[in-house]
Amino acid sequence: MGKEEKFEEVLKVQNLHKAYKTGFIPRRYPVLKGITFSVLKGEIFGYLGPNGAGKTTTLKCILGLIFPDSGEISLFGQPHLSLEAKEKIGYLPENPYFYEYLTAEEFLNFYAQLFPGDRMAYKGKIKELLHLVGLEKVADLQLRKFSRGMLQRIGLAQALINDPELVFLDEPLGGLDPIGRKELRDIIVNLKEQGKTVFICSHILQDIEMICDRVAIIVAGRLVAQGSLPELISEKVLFTEITLSGLGRSDLEGLGEFVSIRGDRALIKVYDDNKIDEIINLIREKKGKIHSLIPRTETLEDIFVDMVKQG
Amino acid sequence: MKKIKAIAFNTFKEAIRDRILYLLFFFAAAAIIFSRLLAILTVGDRVKIIKDVGLASLSLFGALMAILIGTGLVYKEIDKKTIYTVISKPIHRWQFLLGKFLGLVLTLVVMIGLMSFIFLVVVFAHTLKLEPRMFIAIFFILVELLLITAVAILFSCFSTPILSSIFSLAFYLIGHTSWGLETLIRKLKPGPWRLLAQFLYTFLPDLENFNFRTEIVHGLAIQPKFYFYSCLYGLFYTIFIIVLANIIFKKRDFV
Repeated sequence: MGKEEKFEEVLKVQNLHKAYKTGFIPRRYPVLKGITFSVLKGEIFGYLGPNGAGKTTTLKCILGLIFPDSGEISLFGQPHLSLEAKEKIGYLPENPYFYEYLTAEEFLNFYAQLFPGDRMAYKGKIKELLHLVGLEKVADLQLRKFSRGMLQRIGLAQALINDPELVFLDEPLGGLDPIGRKELRDIIVNLKEQGKTVFICSHILQDIEMICDRVAIIVAGRLVAQGSLPELISEKVLFTEITLSGLGRSDLEGLGEFVSIRGDRALIKVYDDNKIDEIINLIREKKGKIHSLIPRTETLEDIFVDMVKQG
Repeated sequence: MKKIKAIAFNTFKEAIRDRILYLLFFFAAAAIIFSRLLAILTVGDRVKIIKDVGLASLSLFGALMAILIGTGLVYKEIDKKTIYTVISKPIHRWQFLLGKFLGLVLTLVVMIGLMSFIFLVVVFAHTLKLEPRMFIAIFFILVELLLITAVAILFSCFSTPILSSIFSLAFYLIGHTSWGLETLIRKLKPGPWRLLAQFLYTFLPDLENFNFRTEIVHGLAIQPKFYFYSCLYGLFYTIFIIVLANIIFKKRDFV
């Protein structure tokens, strides 16, 4: 808590509850059960959870698309529905749902007009954004002719049209090829370098782990963990992976767990640190060879899977 | 105002790129031109037939445009989730709704303008003179369409396009037949049935208030105060419906 107090909170969510009513005789299905977290200025915040955990519902509450049953949300210290707060945010939805009859340029021009400021002033910004997301060559093409990846890019451009201080990205890497994912990651990191705050909902944990400063994990409508990655992920070595050759399965019995054998190479997992020296000595003795030796620490995915199982 | 304008022009762009609009426009133009053929086959004043059928076509196809496009306007935004990125911008929900309404009104003004042009050319071909009173009839068709658009958008805020179209068509039909209640009230003796008829007549729309076609086609005099009352009726009814739509839309969750 002491650490958070030092930094400015750009988003504060307190005890958020939301239930949906469904059926002919409406029954309440609680989706959010007391969500509390805050996002600090200038950080990349990852909001993680399995499908149906309540990630998008939380985001919709923050953006004013749905109304929470109870709880408080503030953006930049103001009520989240105030226009002043909304002027400082950008949002890229999970799936690219846009006006398909507009061209890329018309599309960005439309969103620019929803913000204060001169229309002409946005002209340069639109060109700059089309260049940033690599769509300047298709500026006159209707969105109905765009691929999913292109829609994701134009969606990101509209999220940045107002030069927002806080950007919400819901599954931004979905639908992108590996190159597109890397480019988007670079854009996100670049936004952070510009002093902007980024809030990402994602399933792709590897990407989150690479770029996020802090994460929160939501399972079944409740936050089960939140904090910085070093706080969540222990540095402790879980096991060591050794790829070796020149030794048979019988030689290594009792020393490690065989994972795979490809040609003369075997991959083994060693859980006991003390046995590593024993294995190395054995390899020397039998004139074998070590191809790699990788100590594996805990990953975000391990934490995530554990939390989901517990949840 | 800038935001409402942006939503309105975007709605206009959406509507004019909708095929159904052109289909209805084609049928309306065909009906207006067909009125000439009908006039040849009918005994009586041919010009009056052309005017009558032409104005009725403008009213009917205008209403169909308002209903078929209007009922999908808000629903499609929610269904296709395009509303997500708009509502998350610094815009009030009422601004969005008003923008949608004005965008469709703009579309209808353009379409009625085009249809009226065809109609006036057909009339001019017969009479070789321009009749200013025709513009009054067309103006009140537009006032009626304003109200129907508001109703279509109201239903679009909470119902599917098919149901909304049925509700809006019912509103249109009831609106054009509710004048019968006025006659009924005069014939009924004071009592509960008369009270009920009075109650219904007060709350049900009377779209015949905007119908000056018969008087204009037949060259009958109309007191200017009726124009004034009809304008006020149309304006207040439309505002009432838009406010109602806004109350519903303001509290809606976009799931």
